[in-house]
Amino acid sequence: MDFLNAIILLGNYIIVPGLTYGSQLALGAIGVTLIYGVLRFANFAYGDLMAFGTMIVILSTGYLQSLGITFGFLPTALLALPMGIIATVILSLFFDKTVFKYYRDMKSEPVILIVVSIGVMFILNAIVRIVIGPGDVIFMDGARFIMKASEFKKMTGLNEGIALKSTQLITVITTIITCSILFYFLNKTKTGKSMRAYSDNEDLALLSGIDPTKIVIYTWVIVSILATIAGTLYGLDKSFKPFAYWNNLLPIFAATIVGGIGNPLGAFYGGFVIAFTEIGLTYAYKKFLVYLLPEQLEPSSLVQYISTDYKFAISFAILIVVLIYRPNGIFKGKVI
Amino acid sequence: MRNNLDIKLAFGVMALLLIMVGFVQSWGVALAILNLCLISAVMSMGVNIQWGYSGLINFGVMGFLAIGGLATIVVSVPPVNEAWAAGGFGVILSGLILFVLIASIFYVHRKFQSKYKNYLLFLLVISVIPMMKLAAGPSISAIESIDAATSGFLGGFDMPIILSWFVGAIFAALVAFIIGKVCLDLRSDYLAIATLLISGIIVSYVKHEEWLTRGVKNVTGLKRPVPFEVDLQNSDWFVNFIGFLFKGRLSKASDLDEKIILLNELVMTSSSIFVKLCFSVIFLIVLITILVFSEKALRSPWGRMMRAIRDNEDAAKAMGKNVVKRHLHIFMIGSAIIGFSGAMLVTYDGLFTPASYQPLRYTFIIWVMVLLGGTGNNYGAILGAFVVWFIWIESAPFALFVINALMSEVDNTNQLKIHLIDSIPYFRYLMMGLGLLVVMRYRPKGLLPEKIINN
Repeated sequence: MDFLNAIILLGNYIIVPGLTYGSQLALGAIGVTLIYGVLRFANFAYGDLMAFGTMIVILSTGYLQSLGITFGFLPTALLALPMGIIATVILSLFFDKTVFKYYRDMKSEPVILIVVSIGVMFILNAIVRIVIGPGDVIFMDGARFIMKASEFKKMTGLNEGIALKSTQLITVITTIITCSILFYFLNKTKTGKSMRAYSDNEDLALLSGIDPTKIVIYTWVIVSILATIAGTLYGLDKSFKPFAYWNNLLPIFAATIVGGIGNPLGAFYGGFVIAFTEIGLTYAYKKFLVYLLPEQLEPSSLVQYISTDYKFAISFAILIVVLIYRPNGIFKGKVI
Repeated sequence: MRNNLDIKLAFGVMALLLIMVGFVQSWGVALAILNLCLISAVMSMGVNIQWGYSGLINFGVMGFLAIGGLATIVVSVPPVNEAWAAGGFGVILSGLILFVLIASIFYVHRKFQSKYKNYLLFLLVISVIPMMKLAAGPSISAIESIDAATSGFLGGFDMPIILSWFVGAIFAALVAFIIGKVCLDLRSDYLAIATLLISGIIVSYVKHEEWLTRGVKNVTGLKRPVPFEVDLQNSDWFVNFIGFLFKGRLSKASDLDEKIILLNELVMTSSSIFVKLCFSVIFLIVLITILVFSEKALRSPWGRMMRAIRDNEDAAKAMGKNVVKRHLHIFMIGSAIIGFSGAMLVTYDGLFTPASYQPLRYTFIIWVMVLLGGTGNNYGAILGAFVVWFIWIESAPFALFVINALMSEVDNTNQLKIHLIDSIPYFRYLMMGLGLLVVMRYRPKGLLPEKIINN
């Protein structure tokens, strides 16, 4: 019985949040890695792109709600996703045309593109804060819980329960659907294959008649879709706060590099690696050990490796370890 | 010749703008802008040394500024004796343990020859945090519980605050040494991400280690290298000096009472201006000293070597230059200057607020300064700092003016107008982004491009 309780405890505090957080990171990291693979730079404006997409989703949600349209027990934001995606795609293509294209044509160094993306980051940052403000926005509606901890306890008769928020389930399911479509697209369709070819070897792809402008447009479209979905899921699960999106960029970058930069499947796993290490190392295991150990061995401290204040340190540590021992990511380095 | 003219012209225009602010707004505002311009100029010179001289991308500026700020507390705040008695031993012990652990990590990494080396290294690294907790945990909670509302931290060494600027530089250089050892051989974009993460870690350290910095409770009432306004207002020589300075205006007063009231007012305003002026003089001396040294360094064989490494690393390696070591040195030097300016900033503010360190404001704005001013050119970096800080401060009144001008027809209770006026602070980000993009596109080398030095 104690053993079961301990397992449930871990499930409630590590596995469920880890899966949710990991899905959010994974979607973000795939976007960053696609930009890196095809356009060949680390896009620092990505966090703010996510915030922008989410902002449009929030505004559209408000509009839909004012019309009296809701999505039953699901959050209305899911209905508003297409609006957010369209706006983000337009915005990305606009910035690509006005800003990034010039440097791509000039074949500028990646560092210059990083600097330029910081300029874009500033602009997006300002737009989001001017339109919706820097404060917290909660736009979640519909059913809040799929299963409450108390219900679970009653059902099983255990001391510990698993609480499952609907946003958590939505996040995981949406991520599975999005990623399946994406990987199908990249691996099976002709356009996806040409994208991979372009990212693998630009000159060879050009020789075989792949149109680079089309590839770039496809990439921005996919990236914008991913950014909006990831941003919205994160906003539904926690709340929308522009600065939080910026902060999320760092673990996303770490996930990208851990998975091998330019490798979407790696980025997907990288997101979960970062999420589970972060949550696993910041969780206080005291209660868990109380269940498992005999009474005389019970720990007096929290048994927490590092406090949650230092979660950046975990991303950083994983990043450094991976860069030192597996510079091409945890999987054999292979672009898209 | 042409370049010289550009520099003089640019700085002339900048000075004119500041004087204009003095006349239009007030001299206090103008001097406040000038002082922060000077501090920012020191910061941007630090970044310029790293990025402009040798092409190292350091997005950890915020972290080094926070380290400089930390130094002001450690050096200048009077010690809290009860806290030292309660937990001083534990903290010192844990510091020693940390030092031994880091030294042994370096030793194992360098000298150890065994197939278990990596496992040993891993064990050592992960043991750092539990060891620190074990050694310092009880002392830390003892320190934080002493007088938590007013102190609850160790305090410092009660020394002159100017000293802390140098200590801040040394602290920053030491941290840069450790970071550089780990990260500097990374690719440029990885280095950018790694330094950004590190600055996040440093700032969360400063924010959450209350025994050291009081964390979000802030440390206020720091010492100053210049007199306080209140002391000035109560000192005879200053009142006499003001009386002498404004003789004309005072003599116009009709009776004695009015004269005293006027004198009081003048003393009040001029004391704050006088203090700011003192700061300006000190900051100017610092700026010029650093400028002279870095210009000299740029022209020395050392500077030539750095440029060679930046422009063609492989060729420099082939010529027998130790690129990794040079990079480490320049990373330390640049970070030291940034740490120095971080301490200056906290000294000028008179308070240390860990929560205020945000990457946009303290990392990327500094980068905009360097890129806008002129990468690799110290005068450019200084000019960039002046221009960017000026825009940063003056864009709010400017945006307000534009909004009012455009919407003068609209009622003041209009929702859109209220919303726009509320979000004025964010227009400066817009200006920064646009400015950066325009400069990168049309003047990629910045306003004052790097001069080709033939020596």
